[in-house]
Amino acid sequence: MSQSKPTTPSEVRQRAAVEDKRRRRKARAVPGRLRPKLLLCLYLLFVLLPIYWLMNMSFQSNTEILGGLTLWPDNFTLEHYTKIFTTETWYMGYVNSITYVAMNMVISILVALPAAYAFSRYHFIGDKHLFFWLLTNLMAPPAVFLLPYFQLYYTVGLFDTHIAVALAHCLFNIPLAIWILEGFMSSVPKEIDETAFIDGYSFPRFFVRIFIPMIRSGIGVTLFFLFMFSWVELLLASTLTSTNAQPIASVMTSTSTASGIDWGTLAAAGVLTIVPGILVVYFVRNHIAKGFALGRT
Amino acid sequence: MNKVYDNKAWLLILPMLALVAFSAIIPLMTVVNYSVQDVFDANTRFFTGTEWFVQMLNDPALQSALLRQFAFSLTVLCIEVPLGIGIALLMPKKGWQASAVLILVTLPLLIPWNVVGSIWQIFTRGDIGLMGWGLRELGYEYNITRSAVDAWGTIIIMDVWHWTPLIALLCYSGLRSIPEAYYQAARIDRASRWAVFRFIQLPKLTNVLVIGVLLRFMHSFMIYAEPFVLTGGGPGSSTTFLSQSLTTMAIGQQDLGPSAAFSLIYFLIILLVSWVFYTAIMNMQKDKEGGA
Repeated sequence: MSQSKPTTPSEVRQRAAVEDKRRRRKARAVPGRLRPKLLLCLYLLFVLLPIYWLMNMSFQSNTEILGGLTLWPDNFTLEHYTKIFTTETWYMGYVNSITYVAMNMVISILVALPAAYAFSRYHFIGDKHLFFWLLTNLMAPPAVFLLPYFQLYYTVGLFDTHIAVALAHCLFNIPLAIWILEGFMSSVPKEIDETAFIDGYSFPRFFVRIFIPMIRSGIGVTLFFLFMFSWVELLLASTLTSTNAQPIASVMTSTSTASGIDWGTLAAAGVLTIVPGILVVYFVRNHIAKGFALGRT
Repeated sequence: MNKVYDNKAWLLILPMLALVAFSAIIPLMTVVNYSVQDVFDANTRFFTGTEWFVQMLNDPALQSALLRQFAFSLTVLCIEVPLGIGIALLMPKKGWQASAVLILVTLPLLIPWNVVGSIWQIFTRGDIGLMGWGLRELGYEYNITRSAVDAWGTIIIMDVWHWTPLIALLCYSGLRSIPEAYYQAARIDRASRWAVFRFIQLPKLTNVLVIGVLLRFMHSFMIYAEPFVLTGGGPGSSTTFLSQSLTTMAIGQQDLGPSAAFSLIYFLIILLVSWVFYTAIMNMQKDKEGGA
């Protein structure tokens, strides 16, 4: 539409009609723009409702839970949380889980960084096959490996230690880390490596001083994913441990006894397993979108 | 990126290879070993060849578990992929709302899998659960321990609740990488909302969607903890999926030979599907490089 002033009456009328039409379209567009928000809110409601119910349960006493349905705790109680924080088996469950998750994150990222660099920068004999083999490990169902893992770690004397679970989780976490990091590394131009080598950097010094700082956000996102998959996996974790390194999941099964299920404690323990996830996702919220595409957008 | 041919790159891979091999190859070879033998005790064992494989492939219980597994995986994919795309389109692009929605949407992914089962167990119980109680109040006889239909429906809703965020976040990241100029061009052409989706957004999403479908397929194919906690595989065996049949056989009944054979069949199916997807991803990357 030209910005020049209209000169003839017919032109003025035409212009007015166009403007009018535009204004009307705008007026109609407002309710149309509200609808997406409404749909999104409905979905968020669906996401939050079960979690709200869990929290609601965790603040009620067991008699109140079984007594009748209340949308909000009538007698707000922290007894289940107190129980978890004062009983050793309970809080040690969390400590054990966090210990093996942290170990797994450190091990995975340390070995995945050089490997991902190799995949993103070099061709070598069998690179494609190796990459596919790694990917298949990402897809191996833990149930398949359950029994051999138990026997293997029992034989080498690692059964019921944190490192056993950390190593077992490497099965799917290292391939995942390599997959994500490779995507991030490939977006760093190769000229940077070449310039650094011409400037006399040795490979280790270049890697630690220049390259790693350049893919900081990629490493952050990778760590987030390592945390996530190690934290949520419990089949291997509970099979490879008995008492010393028992993860929180196995402790939670103890709420179910002959006299019924201790719903309140189960709910409180469930709420506490969500908390670390929220903390971690808060730190990476700005990079998470890119990370979910495994650095390949 | 044009890569340099250099076999010294193997040195960078060795530490990773040692670790993954320890966790993957030794256990896998143990499984292979068991699958061709009949083990009585530590010293008595017989070579059986393919006997266990034949027996497993003809076992009606496992065949039905396999069928259920495929039905389940396809159902959740058909619901989660369109729903995930829809949610990604609705998510705000910037501001504090974007962060808040992002965190809320990610939430279900960060909950340990057995806790997901517990959450839904509490949520759907007829006496103390909001959903179970609500459906009864509405006049529907909802009971996941008796009705197979209810149990199936609940597990599918649970899986949608748990995993749609993954597809949504993948698509969201794909959408964010579309340059604003594309939309401007579409506006100049007066493209309809559908045309924008079909010709601008969807082509950009194919890349992430393949990753999403791959991840979703394999995770739904190994689903274990959630249905185990929620329904225990019941009523009857209507929600017993592959992982659970396998675990019952291997740990519960200690049938090493058959369960090892079954493990390998299970693994081969996943391998086959992964290979198809992997080839698709690789070809897509090749196309992109060729086109650029």
